[in-house]
This record gives sequence, C-alpha cells and structure tokens, in this order.
Amino acid sequence: MRFKAAALALVAAFAVAAAGCGGGGDKEEGSAAGGGGNATQGGTLVFAGASDPVVLDGALVSDGESLRVIRQIFETLVDLKPGTLELVPHLATKWKASNGGKTWTFTIREGVKFQDGTEFNAEAVCKNFNRWFNFTGSFQNPSATYYWQTVFGGFKKTDPKSGAPEESLFKSCQATDEYTAVINLTKPSAAFLGALALSAFSMASPTAMDKYGANEGRVDADGVFHPTGSFGTKHPIGTGPFKLESWTRGDRLTLARNDDYWGEKAHLDKVIVRPIADNAARLQALQTGEIQGYDLVEPQDIKTIEGDSNLQVLDRPSFNVAYVGFNSSMPPLDKLPVRQAIAYGLDRKGVIDSFYAGRAQVATQFMPPSVPGYSDSVKKYDYDPAKAKALLEKAGLTLPVKIDFWYPTDVSRPYMPDPKRNFQAFAASLNKSGFKVVPHSAPWSPDYLGKANQGLLQVYLLGWTGDYGDPDNFVGTFFRSKQLQWGTTKHPYPSIHLGLERALAITDQEQRDEAYKKANDDIMRQLPGVPYANSKPALAFQANVKGYVPSPTTAEDFDTVYIQK
Amino acid sequence: MLRFVVRRLLLLIPILVGLSILVFLWIRALPGSPANALLGERASAETVQRINEQYGLNEPMYVQYWRYVKQTAGGNLGTSITSRVSVTDELKQRFPATVQLALAAMLFAVSFGIPLGFIAAKRYGTVVDHLSLIFSLIGISIPIFFLALILKYVFSVKLGWLPTVGQISVYYDIPHPTNFYLLDALLAGDINAFWDVFKHLILPAIALGSIPLAIVARITRAAVLDVQNEDYVRTARAKGLAPLTVDRRHVFRNAMLPISTVVGLQVGLLLSGAILTETVFAFPGIGTWLQEAINNRDYPVLQGGILFVAIVVVIVNLLVDLSYGLLNPRIRLAGR
Repeated sequence: MRFKAAALALVAAFAVAAAGCGGGGDKEEGSAAGGGGNATQGGTLVFAGASDPVVLDGALVSDGESLRVIRQIFETLVDLKPGTLELVPHLATKWKASNGGKTWTFTIREGVKFQDGTEFNAEAVCKNFNRWFNFTGSFQNPSATYYWQTVFGGFKKTDPKSGAPEESLFKSCQATDEYTAVINLTKPSAAFLGALALSAFSMASPTAMDKYGANEGRVDADGVFHPTGSFGTKHPIGTGPFKLESWTRGDRLTLARNDDYWGEKAHLDKVIVRPIADNAARLQALQTGEIQGYDLVEPQDIKTIEGDSNLQVLDRPSFNVAYVGFNSSMPPLDKLPVRQAIAYGLDRKGVIDSFYAGRAQVATQFMPPSVPGYSDSVKKYDYDPAKAKALLEKAGLTLPVKIDFWYPTDVSRPYMPDPKRNFQAFAASLNKSGFKVVPHSAPWSPDYLGKANQGLLQVYLLGWTGDYGDPDNFVGTFFRSKQLQWGTTKHPYPSIHLGLERALAITDQEQRDEAYKKANDDIMRQLPGVPYANSKPALAFQANVKGYVPSPTTAEDFDTVYIQK
Repeated sequence: MLRFVVRRLLLLIPILVGLSILVFLWIRALPGSPANALLGERASAETVQRINEQYGLNEPMYVQYWRYVKQTAGGNLGTSITSRVSVTDELKQRFPATVQLALAAMLFAVSFGIPLGFIAAKRYGTVVDHLSLIFSLIGISIPIFFLALILKYVFSVKLGWLPTVGQISVYYDIPHPTNFYLLDALLAGDINAFWDVFKHLILPAIALGSIPLAIVARITRAAVLDVQNEDYVRTARAKGLAPLTVDRRHVFRNAMLPISTVVGLQVGLLLSGAILTETVFAFPGIGTWLQEAINNRDYPVLQGGILFVAIVVVIVNLLVDLSYGLLNPRIRLAGR
C-alpha cells in the first residue's frame, strides 16, 4: 500500500496553488545572488559533482548527480519557485482539479519545442506518462523507477516478481486537444501535483525516445539491466535551457545553451560538469580556478573558503533532519522513561555548536521548520543529566543502563558532516546521564545502512534529506508504516501510525497541517527516536559567479547563472 | 622460448579459475547489498529485498556462480550495477588512465632512482651515500596522500604551475579514440593538448613514484655494490679498461637483473591501481573504480575488474621473466 502513502504524500501545501491557479507563465528570475538586468552574457562555468551521472533519463534515476544535469536539459509541468518550496506553472500554465480530485486538467504551454525541433504538446505529455505507466520487467525495480513507485505506486502490468505495488494512483492520460492534457487518477489526491515538480517526471521528446531507444536494453544473466539505446547517454532531448553537447565519463559532461529555448535564455554559453569524488580535491580545484563551483562543502572547509576573497559560500535552505534512532523493540528502549532519559541525556546544542560550523539548529521534531505541519508546541528536551538519571531510577533500573550506540564511518552526510565526533559528544553526555554507552561502528555503505534497515541497531545515528516539501516525505517515511529499523514491527506506536495514515488522506490544506502538527506532538511525546539537527548544506563558488539560487530540494538551475567580469 | 611463453600463458587458466571462485565467494560473503549503495537512506528493508531478488542474490552460491561462468564464457563481463555501463566499457575508459599513471610514475622512479642508487654505491660510505639512505627512507615512509596534498598545495594552489585534478583541462576538447589521453592528443595533432595532459601527469607521477623511487634506488645501490666486487669486474679493471667502460659494459649490465625484476614487479603493482593517488588527483583509474565497487557491492565490476587485473599482473611478470633472457644470455630460456 506504499503508493497510497507516497501518492497522497505529496505537497499538500501546493494544493492551494492547485485549485485553479494559473496565469503568468513567465519563468521566474528570482535570484538571490545577483540581479538579472546587468548579467554578463556568455562564458563557461565549470562545476564539480561528486561522481558521473548514471543516465540522463529522469524516469530511471534517483541519484543527485544525474538529476542535477537532467534538470538543466529537461523540464516539468510544474516547477518550484527558485529557492523555495512554492509551486509555480512551468510547462503547464494552468491546471484544474475536478471529480473530487481524481481528474486533473492541465493547460499546456504553447510555442514550446523540444531540442530536436519537434512540438511539445498535450500528446507529448501523455506519451511521457504512458511510457512510465507501461514500464515492464527490470524497469519496475526500485533501483530504476524509485520516484514513480514512491508517488504513483504500481504500473499497468505489475510483474509479480518485481515486488512493485499492485495498485497505481495513475489511471490514464488523454490529450483532449492539442494543448489540454487530462490526467485521471484512481483515487482523489490534492497532493500529487507537487510531485510533478520532481525531475523524475520531466517531459522528454517522444520522437527522440523512439529514435534512440530510451526503453531498449537487455538484462544480463545476473539480473543487471544494460541499456542499449543512446537516448540517456547521447541524445537526451528535452525542452530545457541547456542541451547535451558531449559526455566523456570520468572527464566531463558539457552542456550548451539552447538558443531556441521558449523562455529567458541562459546567460552562460556552456556549463561543464566534472566528477571529482574527493572533497579536498574539489576545494583545491576551486582554489586554483580549475572549477568555479561545487556542492557538498564540508564544514571544516567553510572557514577557508570564507576567508578567501576570491571565493564565496552559498547556503542551501535547510531541508533535512539528523536523528538518534531507536529500535524500540530492543529492551530497555521499549520503556518510555528510558527513551525520555536518552532525550534529556543528549547534549544536542553542544553538538550543533561544535560540529556544524554554525550552519545548523537543534531539531525539535522529525522535520525542518520549512515544511507545513511543523509544530511549535512539541515537547522540548533540554540537556539535563540529573533529570535523565532521575527518570531511570524511577523506572526501577540499575544505573548505569547499558546501551549499544552505533555510528557510521567513511561518510559525511549533509545532515551529519562528522558522525564520529557527533557520536563521541553524545556518548560522553549520555555517560554522564546514567547510561553506559557501548560504541559500535560500521562503514556507511552498505554495512551500516544495511544493518539499520534490518533493525539490527539499538541506538544509531542517521538522518534524511527531503525530496519534496510534504510532511509525509519526512515523518511519514519514518513512522507511517511499521518498520524493522525503528522496531515498530514488534513494538508499534499505534496512535502515531494511525495519525499519520489519517493525515495523509486529508485533502483540505488547513486540516492537513493541523493533523500533522498533532502527529509531531505525539511523536515527540512518545519518542520513537530523538531528532537533533536541521542543517544547511553549503555550496562553494568563485566570488564572481552570480545568479545561482540554492534550493532546499536541490532543484537548482544554471540558466540564471552568470560570471561577472 | 616459445614453449616457455606458452606454458606460462597456459598457467593463466588455473589462476583465473581459482581467482574467480575466490573473488566470487569473498565478495558475496561481505554483508550488505548493492541496494544500500544505490538508494542510500531511501532504501527500506523491502526495497533491499526486491533489489536482491532482481540480482538473484538470494539464490544458492553455486547457482549464482554457474550463471556467472556461463556469462563470462560467452564474453560478457557483465554490467556495472552502479553506472549501468558494461564492465568492458568501463575497463576501456579506466585502464588507460591507470597505465599512463603507472608508466609515468615508474619513469620518474627509474630516471631518478637508478642514478641515485648508482652514485650512492660509487660513493659508498660517504656523506652522499648516507644522504641517499635518508632520502630513500623518507620516500618510503611518507604517506602518499600526504605527499600528494603537499605537492598540490605548493605547486598548484600557491605557485600555480601545475593543475590539481583530472587528466586534461576543460579548455581542451579532443576526441578519445584510444582513451590514452597522451596518444589521443598526438592523434589529434594537438601539441598544446599533449603538453596539458603531460602537465596533469607530473604531480601524480611524483606522488605515486616516490615509493618505487626509494626502492629502486636502494636495489640499484645494493646490486651495484654486489657486482662491483665480482671477479670479472676486477679483471676488467686490471685489463686497463676505462672506468666508464667497466661500469657500462660489466657493472651496469649485470646489476640490471635485480633492478629490472624490481621495476617489473613495481609496474605490475601500479597497474592494479593507485587508489590514494587517483582519489587526491581525481584521476579516473582502476584503483578508485574497484574501491567504489567494493563499497557499492558492485559484484560484476569486482568480478570482471579483479580478473582483468590478475591477467595484467601475470602478463607483466611473464614479460619480466622474458627480459632476463635479453639482459643475460646465460639465462636465455631454451626449455629443456
């Protein structure tokens, strides 16, 4: 039943915009780092990603590097206002919900052409949707079509072996005239609209997909899908402000400005993306000028970059949460006083102040403040070792209470740049609070993550970065269903699970927000885990790069970027 | 000679079979699934299960191995789970970079190491000799990534003489028919691009070659010292031959045997990838490829890649053995 969750789990906030919003089809030029009027034209920007993209086909990827490039070449029906979670028209200029939220009529923008010269119209829209809905075989695997399955669920013919959801939110798509596309859903949903802003639902040229075999490939004997067409590697044809010029894996991917773009043309002539995996190497390349920008700056480098007048740091609005997770089925975590004692025994403020370079705040609940449903009335747990000890004693436990606390090695996450230091500080504060922490660690991928999935970790450091601005993408992901990781299969929290299921189905915006606020209050009362940080990931650029607008969901465009002389 | 070569090549078969079984079992014995690498925090227990099903990872070991053997025998090394590119294509992209780096590093090590060792031997017991010892020890002891970072900081960031990352600057766009960037630049007739690729090789070669340099220097010194005291050298000197001729014709040629062995083995080692150097310099070679594959549990890459590296090492060792015959006629292998 996962599709329902994800499907309805989407941006309910955007439902406000959904109810007949329209007008103004201009691409917003909202840019925080420089005006649009006197932007210098031309030039090449070299940006460093952490690795090569996998394939330039939005429907078939879920990794950040692929999506970063895909977003420049392809566009979606609706988009996010730069730097925010607000929905705005894009390839669709107007939309209307009817039939109780089961039918969505989109007015398609006129005068848009794909980069191969073919027309973009309602028929193209439906061809894209139908392509995704009709995926078969290995395309139905979660590693291929993660976002379709999260949002819509199943496919037209779900292969029982693939384990994909049986039901689908999507029913059909019709092009009732050249510029009107009607999408029919199987269930009412005010929230599916927001999902359409994800690059996974980009509009690709049907002609190009056919010509270059976007769906072609074979499956090896070991089950790995090997694409044989060249759509996603050489001919990714979208409607966006950039087109693919060339791609040499391990070296660079070159995008060139699309001079036939329907909207405001990009300032830059070219954008080159280079894969540089090591963080120190990226920093040094920025310092020498071999690259002009990169993502995933580590906190310890921020001072160096800020101290260099040739460089600048840009903050991405916080859209993540770091937490100390519990497996509530492992004693003594099944006792509320113990969980409360841990909450009081974690020096969260100390960790934030010391290891996040001033770029984080203490998380009071399992989602960042920017997401609707954020509650100001959650129970707070300030660091109080005495109170923690008192709770444990009152619960009749002999101090110190032993707990197995896990942290990952070999990794730096945006919400948790330095796991080991976080762990050491937390362990120290817990040891002062009546606990005896037994440290454990494992390499992040796949060992640590695998163990967490399987529910093998009693107390552990983990986190989550949101995909879209809906509360279910945060708290729903953790607590709506019963999961091994949280021990909720054996030790459920009925009021929390039920509360989140109910909230998911509410279509009225205000009621939905209220329901999620209540859910957050409940979660922070019962403490299936303790959230501790909402951090702002950082990007670094040369000082003369202007016009880059960081987005909470990493929906960032290069077409507003220019290099100031 | 031919029989020798053929016999050594035939040895490849049991080596590869044994290695393939070992690698196959070992990587599947590691806990965790590729699913976690593919989806990170987004993987749930359910999606991990489904991905494992897709890759047949829940089936018995012998079933998986048999499927693998059938596929490999058909010439298909499989497809990378992470990049969805065939393993053969990835090898074609990655291996040339490693070859260039390895050869550059060995060129550096040999060009400086042999003269250094030679001089140290000639000036045995003097200050020069002791200095060369200290220098060698430093070379072996300094961690490669530390040396690489220092080199980059001094020569790239501060002095701006050399580039920090990659194989070629973004200003040069040449076609890649061979994926050996030096060769590609020559084929494109672009001298500036050739020089650019060369500049990109300098710092990585020094960082990577620092240990082989130290080793080659010490071996050269030892070999020269050894040979110098041989009867035939004393005879040659007694004959009245000029010292330089003695060195060239007798000392050096005979000292080359152990030196070439060491050089050959070092080349074999370097060809299996230089993870630290590749990471620091963002050099897309075999080392980082295999290391990431381990973290990603990318089984096809590990199976195909390690087998390939094994073949390379065996062939390099064979070439080293064959070189003996060239250097010393007495060792020419006729095969009785």
